[in-house]
Amino acid sequence: MSAEPILSVRGLQKHFNAGAVHALNGVNVDIARSEVLVVIGPSGSGKSTFLRCLNLLERPTAGSVIFEGTDLTAPRVNINLCRRRIGMVFQHFNLFPHMTVLGNLTLGPIRLLGKTPAEAEKKAMQLLERVGLADRSDAYPSQLSGGQKQRIAIVRALCMEPDVMLFDEPTSALDPEMVGEVLDVMKELAREGMTMVVVTHEMGFAREVADRVIFMDEGLIVEEGTPWEIFENPQSERLQSFLAKVL
Amino acid sequence: MAASFAKFKETFVFNFIEGARWKYITNGLLVTLEVTFFSLLLGIAIGVVVAMIRSSYDQMKDELRPGLGSTLLKLLNEISRLYLTVIRGTPVVVQLLIGYFVIFVSSTNTVFVASMVFGINSGAYITEIIRGGIMSIDQGQFEAGRSIGLTYIQTMRYIIIPQAFKNVLPSLANEFIALLKETAVCGYIGLMDLTKGGDVIRGRTFTAYMPLLAVALIYLILVIFFSWLVGKLERRLRSSER
Ligand SMILES: Nc1ncnc2c1ncn2[C@@H]1O[C@H](COP(=O)(O)OP(=O)(O)OP(=O)(O)O)[C@@H](O)[C@H]1O
Ligand SMILES: [Mg+2]
Repeated sequence: MSAEPILSVRGLQKHFNAGAVHALNGVNVDIARSEVLVVIGPSGSGKSTFLRCLNLLERPTAGSVIFEGTDLTAPRVNINLCRRRIGMVFQHFNLFPHMTVLGNLTLGPIRLLGKTPAEAEKKAMQLLERVGLADRSDAYPSQLSGGQKQRIAIVRALCMEPDVMLFDEPTSALDPEMVGEVLDVMKELAREGMTMVVVTHEMGFAREVADRVIFMDEGLIVEEGTPWEIFENPQSERLQSFLAKVL
Repeated sequence: MAASFAKFKETFVFNFIEGARWKYITNGLLVTLEVTFFSLLLGIAIGVVVAMIRSSYDQMKDELRPGLGSTLLKLLNEISRLYLTVIRGTPVVVQLLIGYFVIFVSSTNTVFVASMVFGINSGAYITEIIRGGIMSIDQGQFEAGRSIGLTYIQTMRYIIIPQAFKNVLPSLANEFIALLKETAVCGYIGLMDLTKGGDVIRGRTFTAYMPLLAVALIYLILVIFFSWLVGKLERRLRSSER
C-alpha cells in the first residue's frame, strides 16, 4: 500500500435538525489504496452518515474529507468531478426504473466521461459478463431479482471506473438466498485491489475480506483494528456487548 | 312529430347551412384546439422550469453556501412564488384582458395573445402538478444520480423529470381538458373561437338555442373523447408499471 491515503477523514462532525441530532462527533480515519475497510456498529451509530459524508451526499457540519489530495469540504471544489471517482452502492439499489440495465450502466459514462454509446456499452457488457448478468442487459430493473439488482448497481458504479467504492448495507434489503451472490461480487472486487468502504451487518464478510474494521457508536469510532482484533479480542465494553448481540 | 322535425330541419339549415354559417363553428373549433394546444405546450415549458426552481430551492436551501449561485436561486424562487400567487389569485378573464390591452397591445394576432395568456396561466397550475411529480420520486433516485457525478440539472433531466413526467401525464391530460373549456372566454378579446363562433351565428339568426346548444354539444363530445383517451392512457401506464 502506498503511503498517501486515498481518503483521509479529519474531525468529521455532522449535526441534523439545527444541531439537535449529533450523528457524527469527530471521526478521524485514513483509508489506504486497495484497503477494504468495514464499518460496523449499532443502528443509529452514524455509519450511513459517515459513508454519505465521504462523497458529500451529506455535507459535513465540521471537519474535512480529503480525497486524493482534495479537501471535498473546501469551497469551490467541483464535487461532481470527485464523485465520478467515488462509486456508491445503496441498500435499496436505487436503479433507474425507467431505463434498461444497459441504460443504467451507460448513462454516466456517456454523459460524464464523454464515451460514445458503443464504447460505453462495450465496457458495460464486459462488466455484466463478469457478474454473470450479460443476458439481462435489455431488462428493466423491475424484471430483476434483488440480488440481480444489486449486482447491476455495483456494475453501474464500476462503469465510472472509480478509485474507491462505498457500500451502505448492500445486502440488508435482500432475501437471504441472494446475499451470497452479491457478497461474491464484492469479494472479487476486493481481490482485484479495489479500495472499499463497506457498512455491513455481515460479520462473516467482515472477517474474511476486511483489512481493517472500525466499530462506531454514538457518532464516534470506538474501536478499530484487524478483523481478528475486533472480533476475537474486543477491548471496549460497548463492542463486546454489540458483538454478543450480533454474533 | 313530422311537423316539428321539419321545423327543426328548417332552423338547422337556417343556422348552419345558409351563408355557410357552419364555418363559424368549424373555424372556431380549430381556433379553440389551436389555443388549447399551444397554451398547454407553453404551460408545460413554464411548469417544468418553475417546478425545478421551486424544488431545487426547497431541497438545497439548507445546504447552499453563500455566493452568486445561491443569491440567484433565491431570487428566482421569489419570482416564481410571486408568479404563482398572482396567476392563481386573479381571474383568467382579467389576465386575458390585461394580456390583450396592456401587455401585448402591439400584437394583432389574437391566437398568439390568447395562447400566451392561457399558457402563462396554466403554467402556474402545471408547476404544482410537476412539483408533486418530482416530490413523488424516491430520494434515492436523486442520490444515485448525484453519486455517479451527475450535476443537479443533469439528475433532474435524465432521472427525475422523465419519471415524474410519466407519473403526471394523466394530470397533464386533464389540464388539457380543463384548458379546452377555459379558453371559451377568448371571445373577450375578439378571438373567433368555438364559443364566439356560435355566438356570432346567434347574432345573425336570432335563434339562440340552436347554435349555442351545438357549441355545448361539441365541447361535451370533445371532453368525453379526451377523458376516454386519458383513461386509456392511465390504464396503459399502470400496466407498463416497471
Ligand atoms: N437526514 C437526517 N435528518 C435527521 N436525522 C438524521 C438524518 N439522517 C440520520 N439522522 C440521525 O443521525 C443518526 C445516525 O444515523 P445513521 O443513519 O448514520 O445511522 P446508522 O448507523 O447508519 O444506522 P442503521 O444501522 O440503522 O442504518 C441517527 O440518530 C439518525 O436518526
Ligand atoms: Mg445506515
